[in-house]
Amino acid sequence: MTEIPTPRTASSPERVNFFATATAQRMLAFASLIIMLIMFSVLSPNFMQTNNMIAILQAASINGVLAIAVTLIIITGGIDLSVGTMMTFCAVICAIVLTNLGMPLWTGVVAAILTGAVAGFISGTFVARMMIPPFIATLGMMMILRGLSLISTGARPIYFNNTPGFDQIARGSLVGKVFPALPLPNGVLILFAVALAVSFILNRTVLGRYTYALGSNEEAMRLSGVNTAAWKTAIYTLAGGIVGIAGLLIASRLNSAQPALGMGYELEAIAAVVIGGTSLSGGRGTILGSLIGALIIAVLANGLRVLSVAQEWQIVAMGLIIIAAVYADQLRRQKTG
Amino acid sequence: MTPLIEMQGIEKRFPGVYALRNVNFDLYPGEVHALMGENGAGKSTLMKVLSGVYLRDGGHVRIAGEEVDFTNPRAAQDAGIGIIHQELSLMNDLSVAQNIFVGREPRRMGFIIDDRQMMRDAAALFAQMNVALDPERLVQGMSIAKQQMVEIAKALSHDTRVLVMDEPTAALNEREIDELFRIIGQLRAAGKGIIYISHKMDEIRRISDRVTVMRDGQTIGTRATAETSLDEIISMMVGRALTQEEAQIPDLSAAPVALEVRNLTRGREIRDVSFTLRKGEILGFAGLMGAGRTEVARAIFGADPVERGEVFVHGTRKRIRTPVDAVRAGIGYLSEDRKHYGLALPMSVRDNIALTSFDKFQRLGGLLDEGAMAKVAKDSIRTLDIRTPSDAQEVRLLSGGNQQKIVIAKWLLRDCEVLIFDEPTRGIDVGAKSEIYRLLNSLAAEGRAIIVISSELPEILRLSHRIAVMCEGRLTGFLPGGRATQEQIMALATQTDRSIVSPAEQESA
Repeated sequence: MTEIPTPRTASSPERVNFFATATAQRMLAFASLIIMLIMFSVLSPNFMQTNNMIAILQAASINGVLAIAVTLIIITGGIDLSVGTMMTFCAVICAIVLTNLGMPLWTGVVAAILTGAVAGFISGTFVARMMIPPFIATLGMMMILRGLSLISTGARPIYFNNTPGFDQIARGSLVGKVFPALPLPNGVLILFAVALAVSFILNRTVLGRYTYALGSNEEAMRLSGVNTAAWKTAIYTLAGGIVGIAGLLIASRLNSAQPALGMGYELEAIAAVVIGGTSLSGGRGTILGSLIGALIIAVLANGLRVLSVAQEWQIVAMGLIIIAAVYADQLRRQKTG
Repeated sequence: MTPLIEMQGIEKRFPGVYALRNVNFDLYPGEVHALMGENGAGKSTLMKVLSGVYLRDGGHVRIAGEEVDFTNPRAAQDAGIGIIHQELSLMNDLSVAQNIFVGREPRRMGFIIDDRQMMRDAAALFAQMNVALDPERLVQGMSIAKQQMVEIAKALSHDTRVLVMDEPTAALNEREIDELFRIIGQLRAAGKGIIYISHKMDEIRRISDRVTVMRDGQTIGTRATAETSLDEIISMMVGRALTQEEAQIPDLSAAPVALEVRNLTRGREIRDVSFTLRKGEILGFAGLMGAGRTEVARAIFGADPVERGEVFVHGTRKRIRTPVDAVRAGIGYLSEDRKHYGLALPMSVRDNIALTSFDKFQRLGGLLDEGAMAKVAKDSIRTLDIRTPSDAQEVRLLSGGNQQKIVIAKWLLRDCEVLIFDEPTRGIDVGAKSEIYRLLNSLAAEGRAIIVISSELPEILRLSHRIAVMCEGRLTGFLPGGRATQEQIMALATQTDRSIVSPAEQESA
């Protein structure tokens, strides 16, 4: 039995310890983001333009919201492969409510978020109550939701012709009205709002603390008399609701629900989470990290496009970045033990 | 004659702990040298120094007269030192022969494993040991005793001159022990040296030539077994602490029954277990490994299902299907495996204490009241004397004893009337151990009903007001605390279905 003795005797500052492990990786990710920004600015004068920066943020917004949802699941020690098609399904339901049924705009918004929450609740039930491994449960959900999207639309896109202003949800700019020089799209604002709200939940509420605890040691929580199944289901439900917001964003951006879309989004979201320093083994991770991860992906894609690098190579670069990010994390962890 | 092993003035320090202090130990060819001491006395640490797992901080180790300096376990193995650990480490899905020769399989043409040669070699080893074992069968499903034979064969295949056996009889029945001792006798006759770690006095008497006693990381003395009385060895082991720490048995005949378990049953693991526990009582559960004590505890707590059985708390029937139900009924269970089943290691002391009682710290909208959590955590740190730099420290950085206190603090916060402690002092050093004992005593004095499951008989004897003994899933008897002896407990703990030896005969043997 090797016992790890207490290394320090002096009182260490409060709060700092709880996020210490996540902080280092986040700093690393943040530094990489800055380096990439500088590099692309030097290589191309077109890169560091307000419009291009806004385009990057716009591009990051949907993946960012999905990444926030996936972060919650990954911190519990799970994985979610269904967020891409779930997002599409939410968009489809929203379109059916608004276009086919002709209901007012706010009902579409509620319908999208509610659809996501219900789908998340179902995933959570599979995982927490029926003990299906998250990988399998969400793989199943991915296919189920994709199928349902195609069936309910006859595989044809639905346009939001009856709902003027729906495209303003993501594309309009409240900021631009106040500061015409900075036409920041609402989609980006929504991303930041979601990030702030979920960060608050993770850091300050019971649900958030249990999210980390479930990922750290679920069995210990269960044996302490915590209703782990209920809490886990709640986390999946919350994540589903957030996916619903992503569904709204993509529907508004395209001013249509495209039922065939969605596959592949889940992997990009997981990539953002991993680059941001959230551990796939659970118990560790932050929303800010995932946000930075989503930005790194967007900056890379945009920068390479500005430099006229072929899209195929962009994908290769993305793969390399993911491997490098996780390897850096491994190196750091070996050092600290 | 040159000793096989000579260890002189061995020192080993861990940050904050003096694990070994000026320890001397030697072993001659053809000798069985018993190493005794309570858990945490430093026996395992000394063996880890000998086998190259730990680097020593001071002293000399000589093997057959030559000074050695093992930097890894492999070097010790090459020098002929083999260890058979208490927890056997065979691979279940491989055959006996594959287990023996893992990593050193005989090969043809450099890369094809010569299975037939391997079987022959294994068979030869068993023939040499004079045991009947099929080299081709899988380890899966073999008894602990047979697995031990495989471990011994594995050690012998390394040309082992020194064999360390750590509590080899803990899970064996009488017949299997006889067989093991026959093999030890053979090895001794072949000139091997054997270091025999055990708590059991009768075995030490039967098998060993000399006995060395350790306490608090020091060697207390080495004696020839035949010329040393049992009392002398015990007093060497426990030191002066013996008289002070004897169990105080309160009269609880008038105390209300806090917990009653009736006819708890699940297959062959739990067979018709019934008992009562009074308020303020400490009921010790003794038995060998696999006797079903942990299974009973987990079943009462709702962590595992049962086929039949009723649980009453303060006279009312409770349906307990999950740990959530158990906690609601006022029953707490502290697992034997803190790291896997008790703590969220990467989280802070404060979070770990408060985590399961968040309903107490919840404000509007599920917001956490960190201030209140910190206050409670600091109170626990003070009252339980948890040594941590602050309540924000990550739990994984604390010692075993302090981790255990955090688990206890967590459960105290939940206000459970009935607390089940499964191996509460496993992996905890001597000093912290007696603190845990004091804590358990004061919890009982406050009126909580306590069950302590322990494999260490001295611990059971020291703590229990009453002792329940289990064997093969059955409760084989109750003994009064204070007056029970290790021998009485062992007699009940080995009352197997097939045992032909009655307890009375065993005692006279």
